[in-house]
Amino acid sequence: MMKGPKKWRLFALMTALLVFLSGCGREEISTLIPAGKVAQDQFNLLILSSIVMLFVIVVVTIIYVLAIVKFRRSKVGEDMIPEQVEGSARLEFIWTAIPIVLLLILAVPTVYSTFDLADVTAMDAQDEDGAAENLTVNVTGKLYWWEFEYPEQEIRTAQELVVPTGERVYFNLIAADVKHSFWIPSVGGKLDVNPENVNTFYLEFDKESSELEEGVYFGKCAELCGPSHALMDFKVKTLNREDFDAWVAAMQEEQAAPTETVAQEGQQIFEQSCIACHATNAAGAATGVGPNLATFGDRTTIAGFMEHDEETLKNWIADPQQYKPGNLMPNPEEINNGEPFSDQELDALAAYLMGLKVEE
Amino acid sequence: MSSNSQKKGFGATIWDYMTTVDHKKIAILYLISGGFFFLVGGVEAMMIRIQLMKAGNDFLSAGTYNEVLTMHGTTMIFLAAMPILLAFMNAVSPLQIGARDVAFPFLNSLGFWLFFFGGVFLNLSWFLGGAPDAGWTNYASLALASEGHGIDFYSLGLTISGFGTLIAGINFLVTIINMRAPGMTYMRMPLFTWTTFVASALILLAFPPLTVGIFFMVFDRLFGANFFDVTMGGNTIIWEHFFWIFGHPEVYILILPAFGIFSEIFAIFSRKRLFGYTALVFATILIGFYGFMVWAHHMFTVGLGPTANAVFALATMIIAVPTGIKIFNWLLTIWGGNISFTVPMIYAVAFIPSFVAGGVTGVMQAIAPLDYQLHDSYFIVAHFHYVIVGGVVLAILAGTHLYWPKMFGTMLSEKLGKWTFWFFFIGFHLTFFIQHFLGLMGMPRRVYTFGADQGWDLFNAISSAGALLMAIGVIILLVNVVMTVVKGERVGNDPWGDGRTLEWAIPSPPPFYNFAQTPLVRGLDPYWIEKMEGNKEGMVYAEPLGDIHMPNGSFIPFVISLGMFIAAFGAMYHMDGHVWALPVLIGGLAITFGSMLVRSLKDDLGFHISKEELIADNERIQREARALEGGKKGGLK
Repeated sequence: MMKGPKKWRLFALMTALLVFLSGCGREEISTLIPAGKVAQDQFNLLILSSIVMLFVIVVVTIIYVLAIVKFRRSKVGEDMIPEQVEGSARLEFIWTAIPIVLLLILAVPTVYSTFDLADVTAMDAQDEDGAAENLTVNVTGKLYWWEFEYPEQEIRTAQELVVPTGERVYFNLIAADVKHSFWIPSVGGKLDVNPENVNTFYLEFDKESSELEEGVYFGKCAELCGPSHALMDFKVKTLNREDFDAWVAAMQEEQAAPTETVAQEGQQIFEQSCIACHATNAAGAATGVGPNLATFGDRTTIAGFMEHDEETLKNWIADPQQYKPGNLMPNPEEINNGEPFSDQELDALAAYLMGLKVEE
Repeated sequence: MSSNSQKKGFGATIWDYMTTVDHKKIAILYLISGGFFFLVGGVEAMMIRIQLMKAGNDFLSAGTYNEVLTMHGTTMIFLAAMPILLAFMNAVSPLQIGARDVAFPFLNSLGFWLFFFGGVFLNLSWFLGGAPDAGWTNYASLALASEGHGIDFYSLGLTISGFGTLIAGINFLVTIINMRAPGMTYMRMPLFTWTTFVASALILLAFPPLTVGIFFMVFDRLFGANFFDVTMGGNTIIWEHFFWIFGHPEVYILILPAFGIFSEIFAIFSRKRLFGYTALVFATILIGFYGFMVWAHHMFTVGLGPTANAVFALATMIIAVPTGIKIFNWLLTIWGGNISFTVPMIYAVAFIPSFVAGGVTGVMQAIAPLDYQLHDSYFIVAHFHYVIVGGVVLAILAGTHLYWPKMFGTMLSEKLGKWTFWFFFIGFHLTFFIQHFLGLMGMPRRVYTFGADQGWDLFNAISSAGALLMAIGVIILLVNVVMTVVKGERVGNDPWGDGRTLEWAIPSPPPFYNFAQTPLVRGLDPYWIEKMEGNKEGMVYAEPLGDIHMPNGSFIPFVISLGMFIAAFGAMYHMDGHVWALPVLIGGLAITFGSMLVRSLKDDLGFHISKEELIADNERIQREARALEGGKKGGLK
C-alpha cells in the first residue's frame, strides 16, 4: 500500500539531487569549484558547516514529522484534552547543551581561519637585495571599472588582472569614488573596497586560466555602487611564473607604433580625443581617469562584460551610456569637437585599439 | 459610541478612524495601511523577478532597477512587516493582559499617523523625481553620490515614520508594565505579549542609532555637513555601524512578535499548554539581548580586522542556542497534543522547517571566513528571505487568519486560506531555495542584469516562476478578505473553540471598553483555566461593575503628523533654492508645534461610561450572542 507514495518520494529525492549536482555552476566563477587555497579553505568550511547543519535539520525533521503525524486530531479523537505538560528541565538541558557542542565544532576552525586569511605580515618581506619577495597588486575600484597597479614592477593595467599561479599574491584595495567590493568567487571570498582606507588581503591561484573554457576567471563588484553595478566585472588571467615574468617584461617596454595605415589614423584620432583619460603605455606612473589601454588587444571583453570584437567596440565608443548606464566615459560629441565619430573614424579607432597588445 | 457603528455613514466612519484613540481601531488602521504597503512592496518584488527572469532582460533600466530594489526592501521592512505586526500588537496585547486600552491612547494614535505620513512621503518619491536608489541599507558613499531627491525622501520619510515606531514601542512597554490585570504576573503573560514587550524594548534601544545616522545623512545632503564625506575627513564606515546597530535588532523586532504569534497558535491548535513556557520567555529575552551584540556580522567584509571578525562570529553563533530552544519547545508543545490543522496552524507547522532552514544558513554566515564568499551574494538574499518570509510573513498570514475574527467579528474562509497557503508556501520555497545555489555559483546580489555565459539562467527562471506562485497566493487572500467582508457572518467570543488567553473570553470584536469588569487572572492561560473548571462566563472578575473612565478621540495626532509631512517637503526643496521652500518648512513645523501646544494647554479629561450603560450594553451583547448560537448551531468546530 505504501509503495506508491514511497516511490514518489524516492523520485523527488533523486530529482533534487540531480539539481544539486548539475548546480555547481561554471568553473570560471563558482565558489563550489575552488581554484586556490583561500577558496578551498572557505569551501571546506562550507562543507563542514553544511554537515553539522544537516544533522540539525534531520533531528528537527524527525521529531517534527512524528509529531504532526501522530498527534493529529483525526488520530487522537475530537474531544481529547491532552495533558497540560509544563516542560522538562532535562530536555531543556539537552537541547541547550548539544547545540553548544555543535557550535564549538564550528567555532574552532572559524577563529583559526579568520586569522589565517587575514595574515598579510609577509606582504612587505624583502630579500637581500631589497626587492619584494611577494607580488603585491594595488587595486583601485572606480565607477565602473578596476585599475590594477603593480608597484614593484611599475606597471599598471585595467579590467584584466594578470597574476602568477602557485604563490601568494597580496592585494591593496581602495575605492576612488564610492564603495565597491572585490570578489573573484572561484579564487576566494570578497573584501570591500572602501573610499577611506586601504584594505589588504591575499589570494592564491592554483590553476592556469588558459585551461578554462573562457580562458579567464570572472571577477565581480559585490557592493551596490550605482546603476551599472551589475556590469562592473573584471577578468583574471593566471599564468605560470615564467609566462608572468615575460608578461611583466613586455608590459615594461614601450608600445610599438602601429604599422597599418588604418591603425595609424586611429592613433591620431586617439591622441586628439582620448589620450587625456586613457594611457596606452603600461609603464606610466600616473593613475588614469579612464582605464589604461596598453593591453586592450589582449583582453577578452570590452568594458568588462561585452564580446571582444571590433563591432562591439565601435558601438561602445559611439554610445557608452547605452551599454553601461552612469559610467563616466564621455560621449563622442564631448571630445570630438561636438561631432559624433564617423564610421570611418570608428573603424580607425577600433583597428588601433585592437592592435594594442603585449602578448603574442 | 461604537455600539452603533453600523448605522454610521461613510464620512462619519472615516472621521471616526481619523480621530480614534481606541487600540482596536488603530490596529485596523495599521493592518490596512501595512497591508497596502505590503502589496506595493510585492509589486516591486515581482518587477525584480520579471527583470531577472532571463539573462540580459530589459524590462527595467539599470537606474530604475536600483530604485525598485531599494523601495522593495525599505517598504517591506519599515512600512509592511513592522506595521502589520504593530496591528496585531495593538489588537491583541492589551486584551491579553486584561487592559481597557494602551497606557497612552493619544500617543498610540500619534504613532500610527506619523508612520502613515512617513510612509506616504517615502512612496511619493516615485512621482516626484525618482525613488531612493542606494539599497535599503543606504550605504553612505553611494547615498551621498546619488542624484535627485530619492535619498532625501528615504531619510526624511524614515525619520518621520521612525518617530511613530519609537512612540509605539514606548507605549507598549508602559502598557505591559503598568496595565496588567490583577493576577497577570510577568510569568503568566501570554507569549505574544512577552514578545511584544521584548520587541518594544528593542525598538526603544535600536531606533535612536538609526535616527542619529539618518540625521547625519540629512545634514550631509541638505545642509552641507561632512559626516560621511571622505574627501572632507568624513567616514562612511560610521554609517554602516549606525545602520547595523539598528539593523540587526530590527530583524528581531520583526521576528520576535512572529515567534509570539506562532507560540499562541501552537498552544491553541494543539489544545496544550506551551511546553517550557519559562524557557521560551527567557529565550526571547536572550535573543533580544544578543541582538545588540552582533551587528558587525553584517560587516565581515568591511575590513574590521580578524579580531573583530572572530569576536562577532562567535557572538553570532551563540544566538543559535536560544533560537534552537524555541524550536524544540514548540515541537514538544505539538507532541502529545491534539492537533487541528486550521489555516493558522498550517502556517505555524510550515514555519518550523522554513525557519530552521533560514536559521542554519544564518549560522553558516556567522562563520566569518565562509561569509567572505556568501556576503552580498544571492546566498544572503536567500537566507534573509527564508528568515523574513519564512518567519515574519508566514506569521503575518497566520496572524491575519487567527486574529481576523477577534478584530472584525467575521471568519476568513478556511478553504481559500488553504489555497493561499499552498500557493504561497510552494512559491516561496521555489523562489528562494534555489537562490542559495545562485549565490554559491557566484551571483552577486543587487544586480539589475546578468550575462548568459555564467551558468545562472535556469535557476533564475525557476526563482521567477516561484514568485508568480506567491503572487497568486496573495491575490487569493485578497479575494478571501473581500468575500468575508461582503458576507459578514458574525462569530462568537471564541471562534476557534480552543482559545486559551483573555482575548478569547470577550466578544468578537470586543466592546470599545474591552472588559466591563477587569478580569482576575488565576494562572497561565486564564481563559483555558476557567473553561476547564466549567465557568460558563469564561472569566472571574477582580472588581464589581462600575463606571469606566475612557479617553476622548482626538484629531490632533493627525494634524501633528501632517505638519511634519509638510515640513519635510520644505526641508527637502530648500536645498534647490526654491523661495517657497523655507515658508513651507516653517509652516509645517508651526502646525506640528502649534497642535502640540493646543494639546498641552487644553485639558481633555475624557468621559465616563456609567454603570447603567454598561449593563444595557452587556444585555445587547448577550442578546446578540444568543442569536448567533441559535442562528448556526455547530457551524464551526
